[in-house]
Amino acid sequence: MDKRLRLALQAAGTVVAIGVIAIMPSVIELFGLMQLTLFAAMSVLALSLAFIWGFGGILSFGQTAFFGLGGYAYAIAAVNFQDSTPAILLAIVVPALFAAILGYFIFFGRISDVYLGVITLTVTLILFNSVNSTSGDAYKIGKALLGGFNGMPAVPTFNMPFDPSTVLSPEQSWWTTAYVLLGVFLLLRLLLALPAGRIIVAVRENEVRASLLGYDPRLVKCLTFILGGAIAGLAGALYVNWGAFVSPTIFSLSLSAEIIIWITVGGLGTLLGPIIGCVVIEYIVAYIGSQQLLNSNLVLGGVLVVFVLLLPKGIFPTARDLVMRLVPQTKPKANGPSVPSAAAPHPAGAE
Amino acid sequence: MAIYVILALDVLNGISSLFLLCLGLAIIFGMMKIINLAHGEFIMLGAYATVISANAGVNIWIAMLIVAPVFVGIVGLVIERCLIRFLYGRLVDSMLATWGLSLLIIGIITTIYGNTQQGVPTPLGGFSIGSYQSSYYTLFLALMAAVMMAIIYGVMRYTRFGLVARATMQNPAMAATLGVNPARVYMSTFALGAAVTGLAGGLLAPVSGITPVMGGAYVAKAFMTVVGGGAAILSGTLSAASLFGSVNQVGAYFTTPVYGEVIVFTTAIVLIRLLPQGISGRFFKGNL
Repeated sequence: MDKRLRLALQAAGTVVAIGVIAIMPSVIELFGLMQLTLFAAMSVLALSLAFIWGFGGILSFGQTAFFGLGGYAYAIAAVNFQDSTPAILLAIVVPALFAAILGYFIFFGRISDVYLGVITLTVTLILFNSVNSTSGDAYKIGKALLGGFNGMPAVPTFNMPFDPSTVLSPEQSWWTTAYVLLGVFLLLRLLLALPAGRIIVAVRENEVRASLLGYDPRLVKCLTFILGGAIAGLAGALYVNWGAFVSPTIFSLSLSAEIIIWITVGGLGTLLGPIIGCVVIEYIVAYIGSQQLLNSNLVLGGVLVVFVLLLPKGIFPTARDLVMRLVPQTKPKANGPSVPSAAAPHPAGAE
Repeated sequence: MAIYVILALDVLNGISSLFLLCLGLAIIFGMMKIINLAHGEFIMLGAYATVISANAGVNIWIAMLIVAPVFVGIVGLVIERCLIRFLYGRLVDSMLATWGLSLLIIGIITTIYGNTQQGVPTPLGGFSIGSYQSSYYTLFLALMAAVMMAIIYGVMRYTRFGLVARATMQNPAMAATLGVNPARVYMSTFALGAAVTGLAGGLLAPVSGITPVMGGAYVAKAFMTVVGGGAAILSGTLSAASLFGSVNQVGAYFTTPVYGEVIVFTTAIVLIRLLPQGISGRFFKGNL
């Protein structure tokens, strides 16, 4: 498949996605739509880690720190302003600033993989513990009562931009969430096709070589981390909009683990895989919640172990490779390593 | 005056429990460079083994000091054979797989025993200093920490197993040419680490709430203490446990237990930033 065909396929895929999102509310009933809205919000979160881990090589065990900060920033701002427009902006800016501070601290200290894991994990725990202990009237930001472990109920949901009186209906919420997901996906795709994206991948591949070519790996990683934080924050706002509620469990380690499971299952180093992984796993979790026989931890843990051991590439890349093996190759395999990456709706910068 | 004695006892308690909790993880991380994120669940298994056998009529001391380490050691052995041995040298994959394992163990225990478990009373009595109460069990934990330290030091420094294990840790290829089977060394080291962790779980069972998810409270602390301590198993873990244990207790004394934790986590982050090789990488290089 040459470049033009791939681009055409991608464009076709985007058009189909836009169409499917648009007609979804008239096809399925409200309960299913609400569930899909949640999956879409979670998929945005999955994309944030898929980007920084799969392409930036930064394994954060605490992506929920930014997700939770985004959720809380949105909730506090929405309660205070009674308008979701500035609240959504804050939900992106606050986690991005926090990621900037944390990223500066981590990457400019040249802290390696394991230590990065410890720090992100610990930061998430700090946030969880701190927010958990904010019950009582003393903890108030403006008009918003933080509520400790009970969380903040009745958070105003999204409204039309700059028009607080028109609150979005569930259908409109779905469109917003799903189109945001599509938008984030396309933005990341675009970024990865640009030189900037290639630099990010280059730093992941070999930091020393990238720095010898004149790029500062610390800065590149820091910026990647900030972008990931901003996207996770946006996902937090979408999540709070879905449930009109936020509680400290948004910072929980089990959610952090789930994001990593989505990506491991879907396929590290892709953007579509983690979305698939997220929807599949969340669907399974929701299904397990409706019956008594199996425990969700049991299933999630088993899935993660099996995938790490037996299918380390994840569903999406494995399926892609299988499909490509079935499709007769028009060109001889002479281009060597460029063949597998050219094989998918996937620009060349992706591998 | 009495309040300071009590505070000192609390600090001692914090340090010794943290040391006990981390020792098994430090052995596994220090020797094999595997981060075992199921460490908290090994502690939980040790606590469950103790509580269940004690409630079934086994003497509490036997349940704590023998049943828990033996049971968790066997579990560790099985896990090493079935899972960990495929992951040596793949740090990130080992973290993911052991995280999956931790969820799996939580799921299994929840399925079998439900969400709560009846605990055991704290053995030994209490004593009072001035108007404050403390328990002898605190002193016992400190004693056990010292005993464990001596045992691990003795085994690593003076026995053939310790020599072989340290040699394999330094250079597996060289050890293999000299007739050592590294796979077997890794297997027994992992089982040893698991047994030590199980012992810690057993010892802490009488003083902590027993639930399937109790491990989550420990894993981050243990993880950060081991990483903060660096590669040296004993000196690193002891120094990091002393630092974090005392910061935690003093912080909790002056604020609230929750903020005590927040303070200790913040200290850990700053420490890792300042000493990326851990305390022992800077001050006790090459020690055990």
